[in-house]
Amino acid sequence: MGEEKVSGIIEKYRGQPSSLIHALVEIQHENHWLPREVMHQVADALQVPFAQVMQIASFYKTFSLTPKGRHEVHVCTGMTCHLRGAAKLQAKVEELTGLKDGQTDADAKFTFATGACLGSCSIAPELIVDGKHYGRMTPDKVEGVLKQYE
Amino acid sequence: MPKFQSAAELQNFRAELLGARDPARPCIAVCAGAACDGLDSAAVAAAFLAEVDRQQLGNKVGVRTTGCHGYCEKGPNVVVTPGDICYFEVSPVDVPEIIAATLKGEVVERLVYKDPATGAKALHMQEVPFYKHQTRLLIGDNPKLDPMKIDDYLALGGYAALVKALTTMSPEQVLAEVKKANLRGRGGGGFPAGLKWETTRNAPEKTKYVIVNGHEGESAAFMDRAMLTGNPHKVLEGLIIGAYAIGAQKGFMYTRHDMPLLEKHVRNALAQAAEYGLLGKNILGSGFDFECELHFDVGIFVSGESSALMRSIEGNVPEPRPKYIRTSVSGIWDKPSNLNNVETWANVPQIIEKGADWFTSIGSEKSKGTKLVSLSGHVVNSGIVEVPMGTPLRTLVFDIGGGVRDGKTLKAIHFGGAMGGSIPADLIDAPLDFDGMSKLGAPIGAGGLLLMDEDTDMVEVARYLMDFLTKESCGKCVPCREGMAQMLQILTGITEGQGQAGDIERLQDLIEVTGVASLCALGKTSGDPLKSMFRYFKPDYEARIAGGSDPK
Amino acid sequence: MTEINLTIDGRQVKAKAGTTVLDAARREGIDIPTLCHHEKLEAFGGCRLCMVEVESRGWTSYVVSCLYPVAQDIVVRTRSEKVDRIRKVLVEELMAHAPDAPELVRLAEEYGADRNRFKREASFCVLCGLCVRYCNEVKQKNAVSFFDNGSVRQISFVPEVARNECWDCQECFAICPTSYAQAAYLLTEALAFPGQRKTAIRAAKAAAKPRVIIPIMPVPMTT
Repeated sequence: MGEEKVSGIIEKYRGQPSSLIHALVEIQHENHWLPREVMHQVADALQVPFAQVMQIASFYKTFSLTPKGRHEVHVCTGMTCHLRGAAKLQAKVEELTGLKDGQTDADAKFTFATGACLGSCSIAPELIVDGKHYGRMTPDKVEGVLKQYE
Repeated sequence: MPKFQSAAELQNFRAELLGARDPARPCIAVCAGAACDGLDSAAVAAAFLAEVDRQQLGNKVGVRTTGCHGYCEKGPNVVVTPGDICYFEVSPVDVPEIIAATLKGEVVERLVYKDPATGAKALHMQEVPFYKHQTRLLIGDNPKLDPMKIDDYLALGGYAALVKALTTMSPEQVLAEVKKANLRGRGGGGFPAGLKWETTRNAPEKTKYVIVNGHEGESAAFMDRAMLTGNPHKVLEGLIIGAYAIGAQKGFMYTRHDMPLLEKHVRNALAQAAEYGLLGKNILGSGFDFECELHFDVGIFVSGESSALMRSIEGNVPEPRPKYIRTSVSGIWDKPSNLNNVETWANVPQIIEKGADWFTSIGSEKSKGTKLVSLSGHVVNSGIVEVPMGTPLRTLVFDIGGGVRDGKTLKAIHFGGAMGGSIPADLIDAPLDFDGMSKLGAPIGAGGLLLMDEDTDMVEVARYLMDFLTKESCGKCVPCREGMAQMLQILTGITEGQGQAGDIERLQDLIEVTGVASLCALGKTSGDPLKSMFRYFKPDYEARIAGGSDPK
Repeated sequence: MTEINLTIDGRQVKAKAGTTVLDAARREGIDIPTLCHHEKLEAFGGCRLCMVEVESRGWTSYVVSCLYPVAQDIVVRTRSEKVDRIRKVLVEELMAHAPDAPELVRLAEEYGADRNRFKREASFCVLCGLCVRYCNEVKQKNAVSFFDNGSVRQISFVPEVARNECWDCQECFAICPTSYAQAAYLLTEALAFPGQRKTAIRAAKAAAKPRVIIPIMPVPMTT
């Protein structure tokens, strides 16, 4: 299952310390988070100190050190989205999901994150769920969007 | 076996391609740029393909998905050739009508541009005000090619500059031409590319690298992604020419991890270029070897900084190095590495093809060529535009941008994202120019132009930008990490009505020390937006601190 | 090796090419304050306290002397109104985290820094990285590291490694300017592996180097 794929990724980069970030990115995409045991395996296979793996994993917010929900809800907080009301959008998502930035709910349904500019400034402000862009959002439309996701 | 082993083979292939294409055959170009995609242009493209298939019109009308056209506000965008008829806000239900009209050589009037004041219609791209005032040397090709098809790029004359460089010019001559053109970096530094190339070329190490910085972390800048997703070959061609001039054997395209379409297009472009023999050993029989890899950031702004980016390519944490260790001398794995922005590389083929004299005839005295500008914020026409350097901001904001939304007045124009600055509306006649804008306190940076209307809270904007930077800093050096945290703390206090006497002096001290003592540009310029605020909008701050309440 | 001629604080100095301005100055008996610098470790350039003014070919710039190489005919000023102001503000920023650290208290007095100028966040760690770099470069154990980025960057011990390595070593505790390293280790031990610290059996060398915890003795608060 997913474990095999993760092992496969680790094997692919065995003995290549400079591929640490590539390996972690692929594991994150596949597994949606980086379990500690997996990071130990990466450290051993790629011959880098475990502390370095942990440092990279904690440095970049793309990596998640805790399990994520089934759906990633993202409010863009880039400059244009901010000027066009991202804060209100963020408040609405917080209200409806009960989650603050970076949190996952107890049912592992949603993980909420805010983040910087994704380049679709012309359709600001934006809500992005599982990579799908919902542009020109207003707080009253948020509930309708989130309801689609199980 | 690479497809072309000599320039002659490439030229012949190009001639065949052009021979096989009928310029009179109508073609419908559907924009798949970031904004149009967000407005579901994919459904429009699918509808066109399905309808063409259903009516079996394959040889009568072509359909192509392209990169960003630029008029993001009015997406989904469709352009029909011949004639460059522009249709806006197209939805799948419009598809049969557009196809029918196109086959008859007619136009669907309800979907064309209408002047908001007079209602006058503009059918052709060169008549639409948004496009009319631009000089689209770089982005103009976007609607004309499918980024997944190298043949489209070749049919437009792509890789002719590479042929010219490899077959008729020596590396030194290519370098001299780029120096003469005074091509300045378009990522934010504005540093002369030719000089950087020369330093790298002259560095004693034999192994050299060239890098495309496609990170584009600057908030509200989205032209690099549009360029790289929409026409990856143009950027690649520039890179190969540059590598030839510098003497580099390997290149890295460094970009963001969060754009699947960008990744797909670049990977495909690299593979196709290799297949055609434009990458690899003995390119077109010239004896020049060059290969290129794709690398991703992992979602942090600081990794767009040149030396930090190189640490990231090495697999390390992106901590920048001080600028007196020049990356052109010691970069990736301590080898000479020449990094330039996407747009900078994209300018190279035309400089080689048409010459430095042609290039320097465009633009202002010290800022040559055109600049891609991404218009956003409280602007009517948000999108990506291209104008000659020296164009007054007024043209960008009003003639192209259509002014401020919702009938409001303009309060400020912001350039350079979190490392730039804001200027007040009365400086609207300033020309778009590296040095001039820098003197005004709003360096153009990557070219993201943001409009702020009369209701904008300038203190909050400064607080927001500082907040962004504190999250994106690497945290290595004290002035940036601590200085920004304290600046943010003070600004937050002011916005929450807790401003104290001495706040402005504390902020000024912090701006000064962070600006001088920080290790890299992120820290050094972190106080710049605030500096510009104090220069032009100080009363807003003083009032908030004194009043301790809301801005209005 | 080429000899470089430069001026430091008005004095003509000769130094070998490749020497840093900091080393060249110290050899002349000119002291430049540092925090994150250590002779056993690679220069870090993180605390910025060693910043000096350099005039070269008509340009004045501010550089960290621990990294900046000596160059022919440069004029270095280790003290000036601007340099002093920079150091004062840096110390004030650091004292928001570790107001009683002896070295910072001393610098505060010399540069007129106000320990209460900025909002306190008394984490005690000033992120000089001496412990991390010492453990990486000298001990090569990587038991303690930087984590996270930006203003929330922190130094933590890695429990899986610390449980095996730290009790026998403790060398970073003495290097730490604020006593944070020692406190962080003990907290990590208490939370992650209480009662499991490893001790090596050293027969002959047992008496040679006593392993003691250095008691934390803060400088008495003056405000």
